[in-house]
Amino acid sequence: MRLNYPSNIRIIRVPCTGKVDLIHILRAFEKGADGVYVVGCLEGDCRFSNGNLRARKRVEQAQQILNAIGIGGERVQMYNLSSGEGPRFAEFALEMTEKIKALGINPMKLAKMKKVA
Amino acid sequence: MKTKTPSKLEKILAAGHLAVTSECGPPRGSDPKAITDKAEMIKDHVDAINITDNQTSVTRLCSLAACIRLKTIGLEPVLQMVTRDRNRIALQSDILGAASFDINNILCLSGDHQQFGDSAKGQNVFDLDSMQLIQTIRYMRDEGKFLGGDEIKRPPRMFVGAAANPFADPFEIRVPRLAKKIAAGAEFIQTQCIYNLDKFELWMKQARDRGLHEKVYILAGLTPFKSAGMAKYMKNRVPGMDVPDDVVKRMSGVAKEKQAEEGIKICVESIHRLKELEGVKGFHIMAIEWEEKVPEIVEEGGLYPRPKLESHSRG
Amino acid sequence: MIVAEKKPIEEIIELVKDSEKILIVGCNECVTVCEAGGKKEVGILASALRMYFMNQDKDAKIDEVTLERQCDHEYLEEIRGRIDQYDTILSLACGVGVQFMAEKYFSTPVFPGVNTCFLGAAEERGVWSERCQACGQCILGITAGICPISRCAKRLMNGPCGGSTQGKCEINKELDCAWQIIIDRLKELGRLDDYEKIMPIKDWSTDRAGGPRKVVREDVMI
Repeated sequence: MRLNYPSNIRIIRVPCTGKVDLIHILRAFEKGADGVYVVGCLEGDCRFSNGNLRARKRVEQAQQILNAIGIGGERVQMYNLSSGEGPRFAEFALEMTEKIKALGINPMKLAKMKKVA
Repeated sequence: MKTKTPSKLEKILAAGHLAVTSECGPPRGSDPKAITDKAEMIKDHVDAINITDNQTSVTRLCSLAACIRLKTIGLEPVLQMVTRDRNRIALQSDILGAASFDINNILCLSGDHQQFGDSAKGQNVFDLDSMQLIQTIRYMRDEGKFLGGDEIKRPPRMFVGAAANPFADPFEIRVPRLAKKIAAGAEFIQTQCIYNLDKFELWMKQARDRGLHEKVYILAGLTPFKSAGMAKYMKNRVPGMDVPDDVVKRMSGVAKEKQAEEGIKICVESIHRLKELEGVKGFHIMAIEWEEKVPEIVEEGGLYPRPKLESHSRG
Repeated sequence: MIVAEKKPIEEIIELVKDSEKILIVGCNECVTVCEAGGKKEVGILASALRMYFMNQDKDAKIDEVTLERQCDHEYLEEIRGRIDQYDTILSLACGVGVQFMAEKYFSTPVFPGVNTCFLGAAEERGVWSERCQACGQCILGITAGICPISRCAKRLMNGPCGGSTQGKCEINKELDCAWQIIIDRLKELGRLDDYEKIMPIKDWSTDRAGGPRKVVREDVMI
């Protein structure tokens, strides 16, 4: 559709969000991501029946862990849309970027930068 | 019928009278007056007084001490004993303690789970269950031995009772369960409080069909409603309780100030109906925290005065 | 199997917050099956702890390994070569594994990462329930295959109590009354008459009450 969305987003395609496991989300943050969002099909429309429901559960678990370790659970979110909704995808991308900008850089990286300095 | 113990309750039942028992809950403190005051209110209207054992798992003054207190004022206690809080050593030990004060009646219970009371984080014991406790006391009494096999010096001479709940599930084993308790050695039964008289009569009929009513003295349990709220609470929140809708309706259909009176009326009507039921050998009136109403209920129920036993009764 | 649950991460952080070199050790058996302490859970915990330490501005070495079991000497020996690299072991095995680890590596602190809950089975994915209390004298033959010790809240040998309501226990509407199930099964097996047999007083000396237990099999000892 060639819609615009922020260029700071790195997209990783999966056949179904059910393939995204908790460790993938955590590793992303470990490697320095400031935010992670998981975009899956509308609930009830999952081609593989309930992959997107599993993804939601894992996102919730990730939020809990990130809160507990002081990174902040709001940095990971789950979104649902249908594959035809290109504009909505761009909308989510914008929303997520704004949210993360407001939250600031991943606090872990701040700590690292302080050390280097 | 011959009696096997010095129990006054047993003597009254053996003589063919309808017995009347009631209960007192010990205080959540150490003031003995709390027991004696309650007992004084009812003493002329009952043959024996049950003392509950940390009822609903709420810690109270122990049943044994309260029973001893009753003995000191010349009354006949029924020691309620649950197996929730004591192992077999403590159970046998307390039985001997009771026997040393000539407490001659005991009611064997498993006990409400501690989750209901003030100690939900505590352990529970259940070394024995109520069935096995009945067996234990009979063994101590009739064989004169401890469970471990050693001889008991001056064995207890207790009249052994058990509870029955015709209203708990599953109904189909409630009479077999009664049979089981009799086989274990129960000599009298106090039932859970009755509101569903039809169901109770059905249970009684099944018990009679097996001849159980002649093997054990069954005392029908009754608790008067203080209010419609109490009726609803007992209907919905107390496990194993059966309060029919029409009874709740009857209580609710009366003005608030008149509800207590209505509750007593229902209780008295039940007494009259159950008096006619073959197999009912007495009544166990549990007017919790309402002991002052027991005399009225007993009198209105036509159960007053209580029979006097001669000091040299045969039996 | 032994069913365990992950300890809350806040609690684990409290245990290891002053460590600098942690080895997280998982177990490939029971705790894997109940998704509390297997390789997957080790990876997740390791990632979370790494981020925690980074966020605290601390350098911490956090390694991962999952052993076949932690209740057999042979498997625990596998980490002997590297144990000196760590100041802390965080074991995600059940209480048995954690202790065996601690006995074996006597001078390295060992912390538990899971709460060991009970012996049970998976009713469905994500739901495990208790079935056995290891009383040491199995009576399942008499109780139609249902254990009153592990499934009755009052471990009544001659139940049900007067609180049984519509097949559920008085303490919890979701909890089945064990004695209801026993009666149903006795009926199904045509053995309802057995209900009236009085179960004798239990010998609890082979249970926890008798003290820590041991099984010795001379016939298989070398």
